[in-house]
Amino acid sequence: MSETTTVHVAEVKHASTHHEEHGHHEQSFISKYIFSMDHKTIGKQFLITGMIWAIIGGFFSVLFRLQLGYPESTFPILETLFGKWAKGGQIQPEFYYSLVTMHGTILVFFVLTAGLSGTFANLLIPLQIGARDMASPFLNMLSYWFFFLAGIVMAASVFVQTGPASGGWTMYPPLSALRQAGDGQKIGTDLWLVSMALFVVSSLLGGLNYISTILNMRTKGMSMTRLPLPIWAMFFTAVLGVLSFPVLLSGAILLLFDRNLGTSFFLSDIVINGEVLPNEGGSAILYQHLFWFLGHPEVYIILLPAMGMVSEILSVSSRKPIFGYMAMLGSLFAIAILAFLVWAHHMFVTGLNPFLGSVFVLLTLLIAVPSAIKVFNWLTTIWRGNIRFTPAALFAIGFVSLFISGGLTGIFLGNSTIDIHLHDTMFVVAHFHIVMGVASMFGMFAGVYHWFPKMFGRYLNNTLGYIHFWVTMVGSYLIFWPMHYQGLAGVPRRYLDKRGWVNFNQFGELDKFITIVSIVVFIVQLVFVVNFFYSIYKGRKVRSQNPWGANTLEWTTPINPGHGNWEGDIPEVHRWPYDYGKDGHEFIPQTEPVGSSESKH
Amino acid sequence: MQTLLISAILILFLVVVFQIAKASEYVAMIRGYENARKQSNKINAFLLLAFLVLGLIGVYYCNEMFKGRILGEPASDHGVLVDQMLYVTLAVTFVVFVITQIALFWFAYKYQESDNRKAFYYPHNNTLELIWTVIPAIVLSVLVGFGIFYWFKITGPAPKDAMVVEVVGKQYGWEFRYPGADGILGKKYFKKVDAANNNPVGQLWEDPANHDDVYVEQEMHLVVGKPVQLVIGAKDVIHDVGLVHFRLKMDAVPGTPTTMWFTPKFTTKEMKQKTGNPDFVYEISCDQLCGKGHWSMRGTIVVETQEEFDAWVASKKPQYLVANPDKDPAQQKENTNAAPLTGAIIR
Repeated sequence: MSETTTVHVAEVKHASTHHEEHGHHEQSFISKYIFSMDHKTIGKQFLITGMIWAIIGGFFSVLFRLQLGYPESTFPILETLFGKWAKGGQIQPEFYYSLVTMHGTILVFFVLTAGLSGTFANLLIPLQIGARDMASPFLNMLSYWFFFLAGIVMAASVFVQTGPASGGWTMYPPLSALRQAGDGQKIGTDLWLVSMALFVVSSLLGGLNYISTILNMRTKGMSMTRLPLPIWAMFFTAVLGVLSFPVLLSGAILLLFDRNLGTSFFLSDIVINGEVLPNEGGSAILYQHLFWFLGHPEVYIILLPAMGMVSEILSVSSRKPIFGYMAMLGSLFAIAILAFLVWAHHMFVTGLNPFLGSVFVLLTLLIAVPSAIKVFNWLTTIWRGNIRFTPAALFAIGFVSLFISGGLTGIFLGNSTIDIHLHDTMFVVAHFHIVMGVASMFGMFAGVYHWFPKMFGRYLNNTLGYIHFWVTMVGSYLIFWPMHYQGLAGVPRRYLDKRGWVNFNQFGELDKFITIVSIVVFIVQLVFVVNFFYSIYKGRKVRSQNPWGANTLEWTTPINPGHGNWEGDIPEVHRWPYDYGKDGHEFIPQTEPVGSSESKH
Repeated sequence: MQTLLISAILILFLVVVFQIAKASEYVAMIRGYENARKQSNKINAFLLLAFLVLGLIGVYYCNEMFKGRILGEPASDHGVLVDQMLYVTLAVTFVVFVITQIALFWFAYKYQESDNRKAFYYPHNNTLELIWTVIPAIVLSVLVGFGIFYWFKITGPAPKDAMVVEVVGKQYGWEFRYPGADGILGKKYFKKVDAANNNPVGQLWEDPANHDDVYVEQEMHLVVGKPVQLVIGAKDVIHDVGLVHFRLKMDAVPGTPTTMWFTPKFTTKEMKQKTGNPDFVYEISCDQLCGKGHWSMRGTIVVETQEEFDAWVASKKPQYLVANPDKDPAQQKENTNAAPLTGAIIR
C-alpha cells in the first residue's frame, strides 16, 4: 500500500512543481470542465446534474399532488403543456402513474444516490484522507459519464409516444413485463431498464474507486480510525453499492429478456385482456427478491452518506468532538451488514413463508439498535456544546429530527403483524419520504452549505439559506406527518382519486392542504437553486483557509485548490479529526502533532 | 391569464426575497460579520425552540382532528391482534419520539453559542453507550416477541371448519368462486380461461368437484362469526386483496396462489350502525400497483348471517351449468318438455 502511495505522491509532486512554474494549468475547457478527471470537478458535475434531476423529479411530484389535492378540478394549463396526457386539464391515469414512477426513480437513483454520494464521495474522499485524487481518475470520469448517459436515456423515455415507464419505481413484473398491460409498459419500460443498467455501471465504477481510494491512498498517519466519519460512511456506502447493485442489474436484464426474448423468468399462468400467454414456470416474486436485495441496501446507500456528513457538521458546529466515534463506526458497520439481511420486510404480504417472515422481523427491528445508538450519540454531541447555527448546522439538526420521526415509524412497518395493515398505504409513503427522502435531502443540503466554500471559494447567501431551511423543515413535517393518518385509515398509496371509495374519501381537505404545502416547499427549493448558482459567481468570497474552524484536511488546502489539491507536500496526520474544545483549544487540526502535555482521551 | 398572473406575482415575490437577502449581506458587511452571525445565531436558536413547542402542539392538534377518521373498531379477530400490536408500538415509539425530539431541540437552544461557555470535551463514555445499546435492544426484543407471536397466530393454518372462497384479481376487478356443497374448489388451469364461453377462471369441467362451484364478480359474501379462508390468485399482474376493516392484506400473484384466513366479527348491518354511516360497505381495495385502473379496482364484501348467506348462495347457479347449459337438470327438464314441439318446428 505505502509503495503505491509514494509512487503516486511522487508523480503528482512532479505535476505540482510544474504547476508552480507556469502559474496555471494548460487545460482546455473540455478537459477542465467536461471530461475532467479532477475529483472536485467530477463531484460538482454530479451535484449540478443531481440538482437538475431534483428539480425535474420535484416538479413531477407537484403535478401529481395537484391531481391528489384537486381531483375534481381542471387545470387547462396542464393540457397546454402536456397535451393528451392531461386531456381536459386533468392528469390522466397513465400520466399520473408515469409521473409517480419517474419521481421515484429520479429521486432515489439520480438525486439521492448519484447526486448525494456521487458528489460528496468525489469531493470529500481525496480531500479528507489526504490524497491528490481518486485511485483511478479515469474510471471516476467514466462513472459520471455513464450516469449522464443513464440520464439521457431516462429523459428520452419521457418523450416517446407511449410515455415513460409507469410500473412504479420498483418495476414489479408481470405488470412491467407485459406490453399489453398498458402504455407505460411499452417502449418506456425498456428504456427505463436500459437506463438502470447504465446507472448500475456508473455506480459500480464510482464505488470501486471510492473503496480503493479510501483503502490505499490515505496520507501518512491517516489510520482507518483517524478517518473523518463522512469517509467511513462513504466507504460503507460504496461497499453496499458494489455488492448489491449487480443484483439489480441481473433483475433488470432478466426482465428485459422476459419482455423481448420470450423467456419466463418472472412470468407464469397469465391471461391478460382475454389473451392466454404461453409462459409457465416463472415466479413473479423472484423479481421482488432480486429488486429488494438491492432496494433495501439502497435505502442505506442513500442514508449513510447523509449520516456521515451530519456527524461531521454537528461536531464542527457544536465545537465539540463527535460523541462515541467508535460506536458511530460500529453502528455504521452494523447497519451495513444488517442492510443485506432485511430485504424481505418489503414482502411480508407476498405470500412469503411466515417463518421466513418472522426471521426478517427480527433482523429488521435489530437494525433499529445501531440507528438508536447514532441518534443518542448525535444528541450527546450537541449536549453542552457551543453551537453555531450555520445553515449547514440547522440542516444537520433537521436531519436528526427527521431521522428520529421516520425511524420510529419504521418500527411499525418492520413488524410484520402491523405491516399487514399498513403495507402499501400512505403510511409507508410518509415513512420512507421522511426517513430516506427528506432526511437524506437534509443531509445533502447540510453538505452543500458546509462544503460550498471549499467547492467554489465563495459562501452561499446565509439569509436565503435560513429561509430555505425553515420553510423546508416546517413544510416537510406538514406534508408528511398527516399522511400517517391516511395510512392508518388504510388509504392505499398510488390512488389518484379516492372519491369513489366509501372508506377512503374522508381526507379531501387534508389532501388539498398537503398539495399547497408541497408547492410552497418546491418553490423554496428553487430559491436554493438560485442561491446556489448566484453564489458560485457572486457570493461573498472566502478569505480564510478554514472558515468553519474545522480539523479535517480539506481545510488545509488553498481556498481554491487546483488539480492535486495541495500545493506542496500532502500534510501528515497526527490525530483523530474531532479534537474540538480540548485542553482549552477551540480546535486542533489533524495536522497538529500531539503535544507532550496533551491529555489523552 | 390567471396562471400568468400567479406566476408573475410569484416571480416578483422571489425577486424581493432575493434582494432582501442580498441586502442583509451588505448590512452584515457594514456591521461586521461576527455581530451579524451572533445575532442570527440567537434568532435561529429561538426558532428551534419555537419549532419544538409548536410542533408538539401541532402533533396533538393533528391527533385530535383525525382520531375519529382512522382506525375504527377492527372487524375481524385478526384485526384485534393487529390493533393491539399497533397500539403497543404506538405507545413505545411515542414516548421515545417525545423524549428525543425534546432533547434535540432543547439542547440546540440551550447550548447555542455563547461567549461565556466553552464546549465540553466529551468524546465518549462507554457506560452511557452500553445503556443506550442495551435498552433499545430489550424494548425491541419485546416488540419482536409480541409481533412474531401475533404473526404466527394470523398466518397459522386456518381452522378445519373454515369456509373456502377463491379470490381472483384481474385488471381491474375481482372475481370469486365458492366451492359449493362439496366444500372443494375444483381444479383449474389458466389456459382454459375463456370468458366468452362462461369459464372466467379456467375451471376444468372434467373435475366433478367443479360441478357445484359458484362464480360471482365484484361482491363477496361471508358469514359472520365463521372463519373463512381466502385462496388468492391473479390472472394478469400482481394485485393485492386489501381488507381495511379486517386489517388484512395479501398479494394476488399470477402463478403463485396465496392464502389468508380470518373470522368476520360484525355483519355489514352491524357495521352501518357502529360507523353511523348508512352507506357503509366493506371494501376490497387493490393495494399493489396494477396499471392505470389501480386506483379504482374496488370490490365489496357483504357479511351476513348464515341464513342470509345460504339463501344468497342458493340463488346462484353453479358456473358449470352456466357454461354447459345442456347439463342443467332444470334446463333438461324444460328441454324434454319442449323438445317434441320445437324439434318438430325446426325439422
